[in-house]
Amino acid sequence: MSVISLVSYEDALASYDPVMGLEVHVELGTRTKMFCGCSTELGAEPNTQTCPTCLGLPGSLPVVNRIGVESAIRIGLALNCEIAEWCRFARKNYFYPDMPKNFQTSQYDEPIAFNGYLDVQLEDGEVFRVEIERAHMEEDTGKSTHVGGATGRIHGAEYSLLDYNRAGIPLIEIVTKPIVGAGARAPEVAKAYVTELRELIRTLGVSEARMDKGQMRCDVNLSLRPIGREKFGTRSETKNVNSLRSVERAARFEIQRHATVLADGGTIVQETRHFHEDNGTTTSGRIKEEAEDYRYFPEPDLVPIAPSREWVEELRAALPELPRVRRARLQAEWGLSDKDMQAVLNAGAVEPILETVAAGAPADQARKWWLGELARRANETGTELADQPITPAQVARVCALVAEGKLNDKLARQVIEGVLAGEGEPDEVVEKRGLAVVSDDSALGAAVDQAIADNPDVAAKIRDGKVQAVGALVGAVMKATRGQADAARVKDLILERLGA
Amino acid sequence: MTELIKYTAAQTAAAVAAGEVSAVEVAQAHLDRIEAVDKKVNAFLHVDTEGALKAARAVDDRRARGEELGPLAGVPLALKDVFTTEGVPTTCGSKILEGWIPPYDATLTARLKDAGVVILGKTNMDEFAMGSSTENSAYGPTGNPWDLARIPGGSGGGSAAALAAYEAPLAIGTDTGGSIRQPGAVTGTVGVKPTYGSVSRFGLVAFSSSLDQGGPCARTVLDAALLHEAIAGHDPLDSTSIDAPVPAVVEAARMRDIRGMRIGVVKEFAGEGYQAGVMQRFNESVELLRELGAEVVEVSCPSFTLALPAYYLIAPSEASSNLARFDAMRYGLRVGDDGSRSAEEVTALTREAGFGPEVKRRIMLGTYALSSGYYDAYYGSAQKVRTLISRDFDAAFAGVDVLVSPTTPTTAFPIGERADDPMAMYLADLCTIPSNLAGNAAMSLPCGLAPEDNLPVGLQIIAPAMADDRLYRVGGAVEAALNEKWGHPLLEEAPAL
Ligand SMILES: [Zn+2]
Repeated sequence: MSVISLVSYEDALASYDPVMGLEVHVELGTRTKMFCGCSTELGAEPNTQTCPTCLGLPGSLPVVNRIGVESAIRIGLALNCEIAEWCRFARKNYFYPDMPKNFQTSQYDEPIAFNGYLDVQLEDGEVFRVEIERAHMEEDTGKSTHVGGATGRIHGAEYSLLDYNRAGIPLIEIVTKPIVGAGARAPEVAKAYVTELRELIRTLGVSEARMDKGQMRCDVNLSLRPIGREKFGTRSETKNVNSLRSVERAARFEIQRHATVLADGGTIVQETRHFHEDNGTTTSGRIKEEAEDYRYFPEPDLVPIAPSREWVEELRAALPELPRVRRARLQAEWGLSDKDMQAVLNAGAVEPILETVAAGAPADQARKWWLGELARRANETGTELADQPITPAQVARVCALVAEGKLNDKLARQVIEGVLAGEGEPDEVVEKRGLAVVSDDSALGAAVDQAIADNPDVAAKIRDGKVQAVGALVGAVMKATRGQADAARVKDLILERLGA
Repeated sequence: MTELIKYTAAQTAAAVAAGEVSAVEVAQAHLDRIEAVDKKVNAFLHVDTEGALKAARAVDDRRARGEELGPLAGVPLALKDVFTTEGVPTTCGSKILEGWIPPYDATLTARLKDAGVVILGKTNMDEFAMGSSTENSAYGPTGNPWDLARIPGGSGGGSAAALAAYEAPLAIGTDTGGSIRQPGAVTGTVGVKPTYGSVSRFGLVAFSSSLDQGGPCARTVLDAALLHEAIAGHDPLDSTSIDAPVPAVVEAARMRDIRGMRIGVVKEFAGEGYQAGVMQRFNESVELLRELGAEVVEVSCPSFTLALPAYYLIAPSEASSNLARFDAMRYGLRVGDDGSRSAEEVTALTREAGFGPEVKRRIMLGTYALSSGYYDAYYGSAQKVRTLISRDFDAAFAGVDVLVSPTTPTTAFPIGERADDPMAMYLADLCTIPSNLAGNAAMSLPCGLAPEDNLPVGLQIIAPAMADDRLYRVGGAVEAALNEKWGHPLLEEAPAL
């Protein structure tokens, strides 16, 4: 692909209004597959978790996993959707070697959940409502690995390996309505939406929703329309964008790319595109000459799903506290301003703080460490806060040592450093580095006497009643003890000796 | 020992249970018969000599240990090659599955084994059950034991011919548009399509999922009932399986009393295309029903005239999707995999070489009917017709207990006669298709020979869903009356092979 210079993001947004659609696939964490009893455990030897049904052997039939349906309903309810009183599975027909039956059992015009919304909070605290079109149930495909050839794609490969362990794992596909009105913030909305959705899915306990493990996959559909125009432009579909940051980057790149094509008088072709993590660009995948004809029809091997209203209400009543409600509660409990709470959220510090508090630390102390020292480090190393090599329990222990007076702030920071460097538990670091606060009078006495002797004029001032001058002597003692002295005790000793 | 092959299933089971004959002797007698005649009949695609004898020995062992045997223990059976059998080839009459050995038993297969039934082998059929003559088998046509130059019906021609040729006293068929009943009719045997959902489809290689139904084939109504009872019942592995008790079909088959029953003659099943001798025997059967004390009335089911076109949209649509899995990736035939071709090319070459013309025709029909822009006009309209047909049945059954009609408009036609005329072939299922669309129960049993060609004519009885017992009650009574009139079962008039 020749390198073309892109229209700047600002220029793109000056002329065009982005319209976005997000399709998120979530692999459910059910113990068994959607239509058979095979295990869903990841990482098994290829093709060991299969049976006639998920291999699509002649004669095999599907049976619906009730937990899969239940999870779909709970996701629908959490997304403020209506739950269908009656719906069916449908066959989506297309040939692909990783799909054993050459049709995917999915849902078409009768999804289990529809017409919902998800409120997402942007970095400045503004709330944006993303409308949900539908959430439907389907099955995952197998996995193909293309060996040989340059790209790892099927084209040019010498041969391909097929693993059907993933075939038939339950998926929920969540589709937004067109997201309009986000303007320049569209990429940010996309990221915030996927982040919020991920948290929601995790809160519901229906999936770990790890994007790096493919448990949550996002397609970003994007089009531009000239500002002021009603009609949507032609969209591109960027498939399998697999990190939160990439979702934002992909949307941003596509806005610029579309604007560039349009500015040159070109037309956007409806196509699928691949996102490249390394340089943040997308390249053309398959061009859709016309909409692919999947020849959907109701799945005759399954009976319709008609969740009773009693069941739906039972599930609704049993929903856990949802992320937005929980955040509001925590903000109140922690007594934080909107701005402070937003800082906690942006740093991804909610869970670490909660766990640190659960391990016995006061909330303000926990927040201070996670948002200060540790957030700074995460930032520097470009890692997630939760992935720092220190546990909430260890942070809580440091807080406890400070509260007991065994560490002061400066020493505590060194202890944290030691833990992060892999030197062991906080108490071990204290011992190995010899960091305990010295408050033993006999040990401090010599240093105090030395400081008085070294600073006779300051000592004289204090004797004369200028007690505030004591700071200079305390400083001298702290310096001499490399910060390990208990400053309060040092002050008391000096004043005692000088009879002030 | 030749007499053994003429035993009914009920007689065989009784003889085995009483120790008059061993199951191994029974099995061997049938294997010998197959050996003697099947080169001419071609009813079997695969004879499982070893498996059959092993199963028979197991029955004999159980008897020797004093264990109680089921009502069909030790009875040989011919299984349509559309049900999976662990370790035994299953081809569906297609080249595309040549060499495939299923790793699992169909629920029906497992139930037969549990019942001590001795499976002799797998029977010939129209490829993927698409056809009415068994000429669409990739492994050559099956001959009708009444006249080997004629078709034995289809798709289950192999199963019906095996019964008529005394190669087995019991057989299993599947009925999507008449594939059990029409072969039964043209071979002078009994075939039942149970209520949709009453016999598990797990392990039945799908042609049209919403229509396919496995069912019993036999030489007598009672034998069919015994087999029906062995294979029917809820199966959690088939979501469309009905979770309700199986109607008391064996009891009904033994009743032989239809006094007071109301029987409807479907007006629409007559007229152009119906062979005179077929109508004659049918009309005589209606008369017989009256003589036996039933009240016969004429009923009209106007939507039935739309059944054939609706069927030829729904069945191919589902088939086009069901048969997509035959892609050379995981099992069966693989053509052109020489290392230079892509997976897509190998799939295309394999399907080109592996499917016969009728299967291809239906895949194309179905693909077209489901494609966007045509779906509503074709598949959608066909589903509406399906609803209308169900309503016609509901209205009819509000006034009568069962409906009757000829099973098929003509007797067995010569092999090759309709091979190039699919429309003429499709007409063979004119009377049987409505029951598949509505999902109710139907039976065909012999009601005489057409005077003009001396070939068997079938009487069809149709009952509401889950009232399968009514088929056996009426069928049992008619069979008894006719045998008495003829002095012997109809099949005795068949020429010796
Ligand atoms: Zn499985």
